[in-house]
Formats: sequence, structure tokens, C-alpha cells
Amino acid sequence: MELYRRSAVEFAALLEKKEVSALEVADAALARIEAVDGSVEAFLSVNGDAIRARAREIDERRVRGEALGRLAGIPVAVKDNICTKGIATTCASKMLENFVPPYNATVVDKLNAADALIAGKVNMDEFAMGGSCENSAFKATKNPWDLTRVPGGSSGGSAAAVAACEVPLSLGSDTGGSIRCPAGLCGIVGLKPTYGAVSRFGLVAFASSLDQIGPFARTVDDAALLFDVIRGRDAAHDATSKECPFTMPGAEVKGLRIGVPKEYFGEGVTEEVRAAVLRAVDELKALGAEIVEISLPSTGYALSAYYIISSAEASSNLARYDGVKYGYSGRRDGTLSDLYLTTRSEGFGREVKRRIMLGTYVLSSGYYDAYYKRAKMLQKRISAEFAAAFEQCDVIATPTTPSTAFRLGEKLSDPLAMYASDICTVTANIAGLPGVSVPCGFGADGLPIGMQLLGPHFSESRLLTVAKCYETARGGFAVKEG
Amino acid sequence: MGTSDYEVIVGLEVHAELCTETKIFCGCKNAFGAEVNTLCCPVCMGMPGTLPVLNKQVVDYAIKMGHALHCRINRVSKNDRKNYFYPDLPKAYQISQFDIPLCEDGYLDILVNGEKKRIGITRIHIEEDAGKLIHADSFDGSLVDFNRCGVPLIEMVSEPDLRSAEEAKAYLEGITSILLYLGISDAKMQEGSVRADVNVSVRKKGAAEFGTRTEMKNVNSFGAVYRAIQYEAARQVEVLEAGGVIEQETRRWDDANGRNVLLRSKEDAQDYRYFPEPDLLTFEVSEAHVQELKDSIPELPVDKTIRYMSDFGLNQDDASLLASSKPRSEFFDACVAMKKCDAKLVSNWMIGDIARILNERRIEVADTALTKEHLTDMICLIEKGVISNTAAKTVLETIIDEDVDPAKVVEEKGLAQVNDTDALKKIVADVLAANGKAVADYKNGKTNVAGFLVGQCMKATKGKGNPGVLREMVLAAIEAM
Repeated sequence: MELYRRSAVEFAALLEKKEVSALEVADAALARIEAVDGSVEAFLSVNGDAIRARAREIDERRVRGEALGRLAGIPVAVKDNICTKGIATTCASKMLENFVPPYNATVVDKLNAADALIAGKVNMDEFAMGGSCENSAFKATKNPWDLTRVPGGSSGGSAAAVAACEVPLSLGSDTGGSIRCPAGLCGIVGLKPTYGAVSRFGLVAFASSLDQIGPFARTVDDAALLFDVIRGRDAAHDATSKECPFTMPGAEVKGLRIGVPKEYFGEGVTEEVRAAVLRAVDELKALGAEIVEISLPSTGYALSAYYIISSAEASSNLARYDGVKYGYSGRRDGTLSDLYLTTRSEGFGREVKRRIMLGTYVLSSGYYDAYYKRAKMLQKRISAEFAAAFEQCDVIATPTTPSTAFRLGEKLSDPLAMYASDICTVTANIAGLPGVSVPCGFGADGLPIGMQLLGPHFSESRLLTVAKCYETARGGFAVKEG
Repeated sequence: MGTSDYEVIVGLEVHAELCTETKIFCGCKNAFGAEVNTLCCPVCMGMPGTLPVLNKQVVDYAIKMGHALHCRINRVSKNDRKNYFYPDLPKAYQISQFDIPLCEDGYLDILVNGEKKRIGITRIHIEEDAGKLIHADSFDGSLVDFNRCGVPLIEMVSEPDLRSAEEAKAYLEGITSILLYLGISDAKMQEGSVRADVNVSVRKKGAAEFGTRTEMKNVNSFGAVYRAIQYEAARQVEVLEAGGVIEQETRRWDDANGRNVLLRSKEDAQDYRYFPEPDLLTFEVSEAHVQELKDSIPELPVDKTIRYMSDFGLNQDDASLLASSKPRSEFFDACVAMKKCDAKLVSNWMIGDIARILNERRIEVADTALTKEHLTDMICLIEKGVISNTAAKTVLETIIDEDVDPAKVVEEKGLAQVNDTDALKKIVADVLAANGKAVADYKNGKTNVAGFLVGQCMKATKGKGNPGVLREMVLAAIEAM
């Protein structure tokens, strides 16, 4: 097997046994990026010299017998809305094209502390708004399984880089499905942790109450390893972060109750997706899990609530891009209004402006009660329904996306159709729950289908255990050839 | 009809910077006067991806103020975002509190002409300060100093209970002296650590309804608050008397020119689109901690003033002057507690010579060698007639700098009063001989020159003569001439 196709766990073992050097791993990843990224277009910047230097240093430390971190010498790609000190962090926006943060996100500090190699920054929908990675100001990332298809979004670059074996691991962020959807569409594992389980410090905010950083990998164990490295309370920097108990995934689902909510298999979900997910649920049953039919009646309102809450927060979070302090700056020779107007009109893309307008509207005096307040009430109701559901079951299984990956450009002119692709994933963000997408087969078009597993707050260990049992039963997940 | 037919209604929104160690949402030092843009970090500069973490000391300070103003403390509170664009506000929103302020429904008692008046406090909330725009001649444009970004503020909103500029000034003085008493703010209006927005309306005396109010921003001293209210009330009366109506608007006070100008009308009022700050969770303060903070509140200036007036017979001006400084009133209290001498005399020395020396040197009693024992001993010496007031001033000059018994100073410097009439007779005779014109004036009915002659005698005794005795001797000698 080519070195670049190895999983992180395999890399770690090979490095530990000194069968390969970190420099060889780095070079293999850089060569693979060189070979395929011209067509996949996952990376916005590649950190070649830096990771080779870092790899040499790690190799020297290993020779000296020094203790090394759990990701020592393993390449990781980082979504370009996660701040990296000294490395441009653009959010795939013209607004931040030249923004180089003087600080690291907490997760980046944790990657460094674990001796990971930060291979580069990967593409996304601008400011994480979108479901196809086409809203990037710089390029559209392609789905490695079919280069005419989208990888999903917003963490499309993170998913494509892993699916195309450019790197074994990557970090993305998930506000309404931005990890799980591209993981599902690219046939890999993507975990959106419980809200608060991973520090958001250094994640450029889209919707603060929903955003969460999480891992992508081609195996469940790899995703678990990366999650274990980045999780934890960050009291000094993120008031919403919490300690998240975690043990690496087990191998037993016997007696576990899997809830199947009928609302997630209805209108809009294609027949092949429905069938694939139900087949996967049957496999879990065969492994000894108990299947429970459940109902989450308010699911139909979740998408509206999500777009109101997330846009409201975004309108405030993105107000700081005013051309005064950093990033794109418009006309500076006119009035203050001219500066604001030109900076924000020229610096933001269409989708970002659409959300800012939507968010500004729903928070406006006279509309707040009708929109924002009602959305927050729905959030409470949806959370309560999940809490009740988790009395009946331990894990909930649903499709990750209603269909397989669509064609590039197919939904660009239809924002509502694009929004609807988040229909299965937004609820986890609204309720702050963890969710993982695992591959569960292919559609007629040969494109991956994802199954989403949801659990109660801080049940990541349980979710990944179910995911791993399913993975083992299938003999591992398919990796794209070539 | 004129101004006298109208009643002025005033409400104040007072912002005070808290003197916490660090800023409200980051670890930057909270200090005034540093070089521009040296006390800021990615968090208070609102850089992408940064998050706020609430400084607990800010909550404690605000709760203390809440207790001092007799507020109800909301133990479960939250932060909200106030959204608006301005270059000195790097996030383009201010983290503040909207519908659940930390403290609500309190009051402050003020003294007006010796009468106690209760002013309602609507709310106290915590928020972050913004930066400052700097306009330099050497630069074509505006510059921003972010040092002040994230400096903690409390905003105290009063009910429209104030009825004159005098009352507003007394209220503001009450607020600032409490801030100083609690040690939670430098309370320096001239440095901008206390700022007031002033709401003013007028109505015909006896009217039940309030008139339309205007809000004035940029009112930055006690005097300015007074002048701004006087001006605005007169302006409103003039508009009404001319048959006009008052518009609800925001005006900017221009203290240098003594007038205000329209800043924005009601139609231009900004929609701040408040919503709960998602980066900070709802916070809860335990009942025990709220009580602990309450127990730490010292006796406050207004209560002290009233006590000084009733217990020691001080007048309101002296009592409130003494009470307005926590360290000086505490020293006074300690002296009085020794029950050695008359409290009124202690007060006179505290607000007289001692205050003069402390103010000149910009220090407090604790920075001097003066002790309650020495001051009261010195006053006892005056009461017993051992030294004169004049000689006591010399004693004070010594005991404020040296730890030495006043009796010893009197002895060493020979300051004891000379009551011996024989010794004084020669001095009186010499003085009268040397001031023939004054003696003649006295005889011609200008009896007030007696003070001058007594003064000359005191001078000749180097302050040691008993002025009462000398006066009698001077008058007797002139009569005998």
C-alpha cells in the first residue's frame, strides 16, 4: 500500500517502530498533494517547508529517545477559518485574503503540542456559509469520487483532502452540518462534537452558539484519536468550553438501543439514501443492537430556526470586518460610511451578504419577537424532544444528507435548495448534541452515502463505538482508488 | 410666564470605569494613561476567532455598587450584544447587559439644603468600554487607541427623580464618593473615568405628565452637568413659551461654548439589535457571595454626613466635606472615638489645616506621621489653654512629619502660651508705642484696628501670647492713655 494511504493510527505505529521517518511521511503527503490537488483543489495554502523542518526535528527527537506527542509526524490539514499563527487564515474570503493571525487557535496549539504536522490550510465556503464549498472566494473544491461533483460544505476542503488521501486527518468546523455533510458526501468519517467539547478560541466565528470544531478521518479510530487530542475545557479562552469525558471507541454494541426517527426519512430524502441507512441500521441490529422507532415531531421547523439563529449571530459576528483594522479595506478617501459600504460590499461574497441581511432583519426592533425569539423557543422545544428521545434510545441513526453529492453549480442559483441539504444535520447544532457521519454505501451514481449517528451531550465515546462496530462489520470503509 | 413657572425633570445615566486589575474580557492590564495601543491584545481588539471570558472581579464590584445603592441583585444574570458600527468599537458590538441587569430597583439619598431626598436607581449593569479616536494635526484622518477597549464599566441609570441642576450635581457627587468609598473606581470625571448622559424635560409646575425629554451626551464634569441642565431647561422653556414642541432627540453638550447642539433626532435613533451574547453563558452568583459582598460595604458618605450633623452638630457643608473622603473621615472617626476632645474642633482641623497640607502634597493622612493620639493631644492642649491656635499650627507642622508628642514639641519650641500679664505688659506697651496711628484710629472710633494691634502683640510673642488676655490688655492700655 502506498504510504499516503495509511491511516493516522498506522502512521503512528510505523513511526514508533522507526519503519518510516516523519520526513518520509511529510514528503509522501506533499507529493500526494502535488499529484492530486491540482484537480481536487482542497488546499488554499500548503506548509511544505515548515512541515519538512518540523518532521526532521521530530525524527531527531525520536532518535534521542525523547517522548513525543500522540500525533508525532502525522500530517493534518486545517480548515482556513481556524487561526494559525503566522499563516494566512482567510475564511476563503476576499475580506481576509491577507489576514495573518498573530495567535493560534487552541486546537492548533493542541496539534502542535501533540507534534502533528500542519500540512496546510484547506478550502471552505466563505466564512463557513454554504453546503458545497462553491462559496469560496478562491476556488471550488471537487469531490474526489467524481470531480464534477461538490464535496459538500462548508468544510469541503477538509473532507476532500482526507478522502483523496492527501492527508490522513483534518479539522473542520460544523455550524449546521459543515463537518458531517461533506464527510457523508466524500465517504469518510466526520465528527461534530458536543457544543463546548472543543475550544472555539481561534475559530473565526460564524454562529457562536452553534459552531464546533471537529475531526475528519478515513477510519473511526483516527477520528477518535484526533478528537481526543483537541477536546477539553479551555477556561482561559472560551467560556463556553467544557470538559468532555472520553475513552477510545470500544467493540461492543450489544444491547444498545438505536433510535430511528421517522421524520428524518421522509420527503426530500432519496430512496437510495433511505435504503442505505436502513440497511446500516439492520447491520447494527445484527450486531446485537436493539432498534427503536422514535419520533422527533419538531424536526420540520428546525431548518427555519437554524437559519434565523445562525444568521442573527453571523450578522453580529461579521460586523467587525469594517476595513478599519485588518483585512480588506474599501474606499478610504471618503466618509466613514463610504469606507464601511465599499469594504463590506466588495469584501464579502453573495451568500455571506445574504446571511448578514437576513440576520440583521431578524434582530431588528419590531421583528425580534417574531423571528429570533420564536427560533430560540423552537430551539428549546427541539432540545427537549431530543432529551425525551434519549430516554427511549442511546443513539439515533439518520441519513447525513438527503442525497449523494450534487453537481458543481447545480444549486448555486437556488439558495433554498442549498439550505435544504442541511435538513438532517442542523438539529444536532440546535440542541448542542454530538453527531458523527460514517460511510454506509454508495448510490447508483457511485457516490458515497453517509449515515449520521446522534447521541446525548458528551456521548462521543458511545457514538464512535457504534461507528467503529459498524466499520469493523463492513471490513472497513472504502477508500477512493487512484 | 417664565422659567419659574416650570419644573425641570432630570434623570442621569452615569458610566463609571471600574479599577479592576485587568480588563473585563481579557487579561490585559486595566490602567489609564499608558502609551497608545500598548494595553491591548487580540481579544480586546476583537480580532477574528477571539472570545471573551468574563472577569469575576467586575461582577463583584458591580454588586458592591448595587448594595451601596440598595438595589436588588439579580443573582442569575447574562450579557447581551449591543450592535453598532464605529471605528473605536473593534467588534462592532459592545458586550453589555440588556434585559437582566446585575442590579435593579435601588436608591441614593442626597442632601439638598439639609433635607434628605431619595433618588431612585432603575438599574446598574456591566459593560465594556470602547476605544478612543485620536485626531492629530500631523495625520490626515483619524487614529484609534484601543487601550480603553474592554475597560470595565458600570452604567447606573437613575429614575427621573431629580428636580434641579443642584440636585443632579449632588446626586453625581454622591455616586462618585460612593465609588471612591468602595474603592471600585478612580471616579475622575476629568479623566473620563466617570461620564454622564443627562436626560432633561420640563413641565408646568403642578402638571401630572412629564414633558418630552432630550438626552445630552458628552457631559464630563460636575460643573458641566450643572451648566448643561440649566441651559437645556431654559432652552426647552423658551421653545414651549414660543408655542413650539420639544422633540425627543439626542444633543451634544459643548461645555466650552456653554450650549448644546443636535446630535440626532428620534428618527435617526439607532437600532442596536440587542441579543444574548452567545460567547458567554448565563452566570450565577451564589447567595452567600452576594451576602459576603454586602457585608463588606462600609458606612457610606450620606449616612456619615447625617451622623456628623446629628451627633456632633456639624453643619451640612462641613459634614459632607469631611464625609466625602473615606480615609479622612475614617481618621476623624478614630480621633472622635478616643473621646478626648471636642469633635467639632477635630473636624475644623481636619477640613482646615490638615486638608490644606494633604491637598498641597496630594497625599492622605496615612502617608504622614500624624496619629489620632497626637492630633487629639494637640487639640487637648488648645482646649486647656496651654497653646494658642496659632501655636498649634506650628505644632501640626511638626507632628504631621514626625512621630513626636505634641507636648514635647510645645516644650522644645517654647510654644506654651504666655498668660503672665507682667511679661506681656512690656510687649503691649512697645506695640502701642510703635503703632501710634492705629491707636489714634481706634480712639477715633475705628475699633476694628484692635485686632491688628492684638495680632502685632501675638507676633511679638512669637504666637505664645494668649490672644484673649492680650486683647483685654491692649484695650485697657488704650483706655488708660
